[in-house]
Amino acid sequence: MNDGGIDIGSTAAKVVCRGDKDISFVIPTGWSCKMAAGAIKNILLKDGVDVSKEDTRVVSTGYGREAVDYAAKTVTEITCHAKGAAEIFGGEKAVTVIDVGGQDTKVINLENGIVTDFIMNDKCAAGTGKFIEIMANRLNVELAEMFELAEKGDPVPISSLCTVFAESEVISHIAEGRSREDIAAGIISSVALKVSSLCSKQRLADKIVLTGGLSENEYFARLLSDRLKKPVDISPEGRYAGALGAAAVASRL
Amino acid sequence: MQKLPDNFETYDEKRKQGFITMKNLKDKGQRVIGTFCSFVPLEIIYAADAIPCGLCASSEEPIPAAEAVLPANLCPLIKASYGFAYTEKCPYFYFSDLIVGETTCDGKKKMFELLNDIKETYVLQLPNGRDFPDALSMWRDEIIRFKEKLEDLYKITITEEDIKKAIKLKNRERDILREYLELGKLDPVPLSGYEMGTLIDASSFSFDIEERCETTAKRTAEVKELWEREFKGKKSTRPRIMVTGCPNMGVRDKIIKNLEELGADCVVIDTCNGIRTQLDKVREDIDVYTALAQKYLNVTCSVMSPNRPRFEEMGVLIDEFKVDAVVEIVLQACHTFNIETYNVKKYVTEEKKLPYMSLETDYSQSDKGQITTRLEAFLEMLM
Repeated sequence: MNDGGIDIGSTAAKVVCRGDKDISFVIPTGWSCKMAAGAIKNILLKDGVDVSKEDTRVVSTGYGREAVDYAAKTVTEITCHAKGAAEIFGGEKAVTVIDVGGQDTKVINLENGIVTDFIMNDKCAAGTGKFIEIMANRLNVELAEMFELAEKGDPVPISSLCTVFAESEVISHIAEGRSREDIAAGIISSVALKVSSLCSKQRLADKIVLTGGLSENEYFARLLSDRLKKPVDISPEGRYAGALGAAAVASRL
Repeated sequence: MQKLPDNFETYDEKRKQGFITMKNLKDKGQRVIGTFCSFVPLEIIYAADAIPCGLCASSEEPIPAAEAVLPANLCPLIKASYGFAYTEKCPYFYFSDLIVGETTCDGKKKMFELLNDIKETYVLQLPNGRDFPDALSMWRDEIIRFKEKLEDLYKITITEEDIKKAIKLKNRERDILREYLELGKLDPVPLSGYEMGTLIDASSFSFDIEERCETTAKRTAEVKELWEREFKGKKSTRPRIMVTGCPNMGVRDKIIKNLEELGADCVVIDTCNGIRTQLDKVREDIDVYTALAQKYLNVTCSVMSPNRPRFEEMGVLIDEFKVDAVVEIVLQACHTFNIETYNVKKYVTEEKKLPYMSLETDYSQSDKGQITTRLEAFLEMLM
C-alpha cells in the first residue's frame, strides 16, 4: 500500500511516496509535463512502486497536474501546499504559508490545516522563481551560486515591478561595472520586496513558513523576515510541501 | 438607403447578420441610439421613439486596433468599445444616430472625446457622488438636457406623457427580468449563472421590448415548471457563489462558466449586466424627471464615491440568495472597482463572514490556467 504525491511545477517536479515505501525525489520538469510524469512513473517503478497497481493511490498537483494520467485525483497546489506545510511545520491554529514558485507566488492562510484565504501574484514574473532564474542566466551563474553571491553583496536598487525592466536595469548595472555580488544582492532583495508586498495584502498569522524551492534558503528567509518583521520558518523538506500535501490527500482517498 | 461598411464582405456570418438587421431597421426609418452603460436613462430614448442599443465591448478582437490610439494599460472594456467603433465591426455603433456616453470613470470620459471624432457622442454629465446636496437636481437637469438633445436631433417634441409610457414599459421589463434572475434563489438552482448573463446581454441587442419581455417570461415559467417537477426538495451541496465587480461579458467563459464546470453554482450576478440594475424601479407616482434621476443616480457602480448603497444591496442579495462565497471580477486597470475590492473583502469576510476572492483579468486567454487554478483552489477551500 503506497500513497503518492506528485507536484509538477513549471521548473521542477517533486515526488513523495508514503506507505510501504518512503521515497522523495525531485527532477527537472523539462519542456513537457507529460514526459516528466512518465519519467516519474519509471523512477517509482525502479524503487518498487508500481502506480498502475490498485493499492497505490496517486494524487497530482502543480501546474502540470493534468499531465499525470495515472493520478486518481488532481488537487490545486494551494490546497496541497497548505496540507504539506501543516505536516512539515505543525498544523497549529493559524499559519501563513509563503510559496515562491517557478511562475506563481502564493500566500496562503490556514487554520488547523484548512485553507481560509489565499492570494497569488498577478500575471507577472516579478517576485517569482522565474525572475531569479532569468537574472541568474543574465549573471551567468547557477541559482545556488546566486544566493551565495548575494549574501556577500551590497544590494543595488532594482525595480521590483517588472522582470523585463529589471533585466535592463541589471544590464546597466553590469555596464557600470558593479560587482556581481552587489547585483545578485539587489536581485534577491527585489524578490523579497515583491513577495512581502504581496503578503501585505493578506492578514498574516504569527507563524509564517516558507515552502517551495526557496525553503532551504536561510538567507532569503532572513530577508523576508526583516521585511515582514516576523520570523519566517524554513525546512529542508519545504520544497516537498506540495507533493507531501498531495500524498496526504491520496491517503484519504 | 443606408450604406454598409467597406469591409462588410470580410465579416463572419453572425456579424453580417447583425449589420443586415440593423440596416433593415434603419432603412425603415427606425431611430437608433447607441449606449454603453447602465447610468443612461433608457426611458428618454424610448420616449423619443428610438431604440437604445448596447454597443459591442466584450471581446479582445478589436483591442490591438484600439491600442493604436489608446494606451495599452487601460481597461479592456474601454479599449474594446473604442476598437469596435474604430474598426467598424459593431453594427450597432455603425448604424446609431448618436452615441451616449457618461462621465463615469476617467478612462471612459477621455475615450469618449476620441469616440466623438468617429461619431457624435453625447456625454451625460453624471455626478460623482450621491450624497452632496445638489447631486439629484444636477442629474435631473442633465436628464432634461439629454431629452432636449434628442428633441433637437430628431426635430421632435418629447412630452411627459411619452416618458411616462416609457417608464411603464421599462418597469414591466425590469419586473420580468428580475423574476427571471430571482430563479437563482431556488435550491437546487435550476439554471446557470452563465445562462442568466447571456440572456441579459442578448436583451440589450434585441430591439422589440415586448417580444423580449415575452421570451424572458416564457423562459422563467419553463424553468419554474422544470424545478417543481424535477428538482424540488433535492437540495444541492454545490457552493452558491455571488459574482460581483465589473461588467463580465468579456470574461464570462473564463470565469463564470469555468466556476460552474468546476462544481459551483453562480446563483446571483451582482453587476451592471446582472441583477444590479433590475432591483430598483422608476417611481411612477412623481415627476418623471425626478423619478428617473433617482433611479439612475442609485446605480451601485464603483464610480460613485462614496458607494455605501453597493454594500447594502450586496448584503440583501447575499442573504436572499443564500450565498456561500463571493467572487469579485476586476477588469485590468479598472481603478474604481479595484480599489473598492478592499472594502468589499472587508464587508464580505467580516460582516457577512463569508469567503471572498477577487480576480484581476482582461479579455485575453493567456491567464486562463492561472485563473482556473485560483478558482479551483477557492472551491477546494469551500468544499
